[in-house]
Amino acid sequence: MMVRSVLAAAGVFALMQAPVATPVVAADFVFTAIPDQDETQLRKRFGKVAKYLTKSLGVTVKYVPVKSYAAAVTAFRNNQVQLAWFGGLSGVRARELVKGSRAIAQGKKDPFFETFFIAHKSTGLKPSKAFPKGIAGRTFTFGSKGSTSGRLMPEFHIRSAFGKLPNKVFKKVGFSGNHSRTIALVQSGAYEVGAVNYKVWNREVKSGKVDTSKVSLIWKTPPYPDYQWTIRGDVNKQFGKGFGKKVQNSLLTMNDPDLLKSFPRAGFIAATNSDYAPIKETAKKIGLID
Amino acid sequence: MTVRPEPSPLARTTTTFVGIAILCLIFADVAISTVDPWQEFNRMLLGLVTPDFYATDSVTQAIAYTLAFALLGVALANVMGLFLALLFFSRIVRTGCAVIRAVHELFWALIFLQMFGLSPLTGVLAIAIPYSGIIAKVYAEILEEANPAPLKTIPAGTSRASAFIFVRMPDVWAHFRSYSMYRLECGIRSSAVLGFIGLPTLGFHLETAFKEGQYSEVSALLILFYLVIATMRIWMKRPLMPIYLIGAAAILPWGVAFSFSNIVRFLTEDIVPHPLRSGAGMEAFWDWLHMMVIDQAVPGTIATVQLTMIALVATGFLTIVLFPLISPLLLGKASRFCGHVFLVVARSTPEYILAFVLLQLWGPSMLPAIVALTLHNGAIIGHLVGRYTETVSLRQDAATGFNRYFYEVLPRVYRPMLALLFYRWEVIMRETAILGILGIATLGFYVDSAFADLRFDRAMLLIGITALLNIGVDAISRSVRTRLRLQTSLEQQ
Repeated sequence: MMVRSVLAAAGVFALMQAPVATPVVAADFVFTAIPDQDETQLRKRFGKVAKYLTKSLGVTVKYVPVKSYAAAVTAFRNNQVQLAWFGGLSGVRARELVKGSRAIAQGKKDPFFETFFIAHKSTGLKPSKAFPKGIAGRTFTFGSKGSTSGRLMPEFHIRSAFGKLPNKVFKKVGFSGNHSRTIALVQSGAYEVGAVNYKVWNREVKSGKVDTSKVSLIWKTPPYPDYQWTIRGDVNKQFGKGFGKKVQNSLLTMNDPDLLKSFPRAGFIAATNSDYAPIKETAKKIGLID
Repeated sequence: MTVRPEPSPLARTTTTFVGIAILCLIFADVAISTVDPWQEFNRMLLGLVTPDFYATDSVTQAIAYTLAFALLGVALANVMGLFLALLFFSRIVRTGCAVIRAVHELFWALIFLQMFGLSPLTGVLAIAIPYSGIIAKVYAEILEEANPAPLKTIPAGTSRASAFIFVRMPDVWAHFRSYSMYRLECGIRSSAVLGFIGLPTLGFHLETAFKEGQYSEVSALLILFYLVIATMRIWMKRPLMPIYLIGAAAILPWGVAFSFSNIVRFLTEDIVPHPLRSGAGMEAFWDWLHMMVIDQAVPGTIATVQLTMIALVATGFLTIVLFPLISPLLLGKASRFCGHVFLVVARSTPEYILAFVLLQLWGPSMLPAIVALTLHNGAIIGHLVGRYTETVSLRQDAATGFNRYFYEVLPRVYRPMLALLFYRWEVIMRETAILGILGIATLGFYVDSAFADLRFDRAMLLIGITALLNIGVDAISRSVRTRLRLQTSLEQQ
């Protein structure tokens, strides 16, 4: 009996020992990214970016996956990560909380980001240039609660169009969690209408994941600034003079298509905090930040 | 004139609760609104039968972390719980324990995430704190029910410590041991669920795979999860406990730096209501409080109570249907084996997963949450009641078939079943919180929103209200149990 249980214990123990836990040491430079889409590939996608940054910065760079937008901001605020790939709103929140932190790079098209409203075919809603007032009274899903393209901007446009809170406009309001999920939920008819990041929509349509006979694009928002890299203000103190500048250069000169596919962006251009002033104002207007 | 017999208190209580549940159901939002669920449902079924064990990165690590958080958390909770149980005569300790166990471990984890970040401490404490409160209460009850006779035999002047260790402990030790095993199983489930909010346990991958619709991966992860729980009695040998604990402590990545200032900042700034923090004055604070109560606390509380009451009564009905599956009084060996497998799967599947699947199939309403809570809890209580029937002996000439079920077995198990249901009431209410994270507008939904907006002041206020509600339900449940003289010791098996 005892022998058997010792063997069993040894087995369990071997199982526990198998993985090499990689603790993050204080001297490592760590980054994270908001989990906005395709979360199964996060480690694979951003592991490559960590490798690239390690090589170009000369310090060990690590990537930590997080489950939510808020967790990304918290990790940044608590200095558990020093660099993050944020959305517009999460970036604004992070920079409010960490004095001296800066937006340093954005995707080439990120200053002109868009949200797409999509609808199940049973609604009979047709694409239009003007805001689709016919969505009133339907069921509606946002993306993540903390998303710029999946929450902030669509809520802003809904409130301006109807002068009411979303839960007064729609029969039911949900939060899908991320953009891929929003598409899946509208396609299955669990929700009739949804708001989705245009890049995710275009990519999933192109890759054949979307059944366009069931769900289709009905409206595009006007453009607004979205995703960016944000770095803490105290990195120069932690990693040496000019380190922030070095990180920015590494990001701006990233040109390996395989790496850029992780984001997915065609390349990065410089960004500043003031680029995101419109996002901050919008968030204040609809009460998402105090 | 015929004299009508007084209805029995059991029947009266049952009718009252069924009546409340029906009232709640009338006002609840239950509907099937999906237009085209079958495509997704077929994909789920296909995934279920084609598990892919290689889809998840570092799945062994996830299993190891799941076990490590559970082992350390439950061990710590046992130590603290026993200590608190000894002080249970003090009202402060009793109240404190009620408060810490009234907050769901997911909320504890969300709070600790702000203070310690993604450090192992977050996972271990999120399990250890609420479990200490639960264990303290149960151990105190065990000590209270223990036989007081041996205490009378010890010589005067024996120190309290030796009296406890040599006289009381031997009597209650077996109860403590079996209860702590049960707690460990709960701990493994909780540890997995903590992954949903970002700790690196099985739930982390499970939630991702679900959200991305990778159902073959979901299937594989669920199978691994059931295996871990089902084999627990084989690998969990007490002499090996120290080895496991050292192993658990060794594999967790403690190196994550956390600073003391984060903790201080959270406690002294973040959770202070915004109007007070920004110096906007008392008037602004009252406006804030008014807004929170009217817009969030009241609708959240109504939905929480509605869901809890409907799920509680539905759980009772399901229990009556499920317990015969494993009862030797009613079924043969082979059928009972199948019944056991079904109940293990139904009670081990986190209600979050069940609700998620049903939400997908039926669209957004309270219905998926009701069914998920009912299935999960019905399977748990069905199991306990089924086991209880093993101790019931019938007369040789007892009726068979349906007559046996209705006239012999059901009346005998009804009282213990009610005891378990009322005991579970508070647990069901706590579980509604986690379904809020899926978007069902219970208090948990508003707490999750507050955390998503990084508004910890709002989160703490709402968690406080959740805790009060749980304590209230616990008190009502206790008074009902006392009035009906329902024993609770079954839960401790």
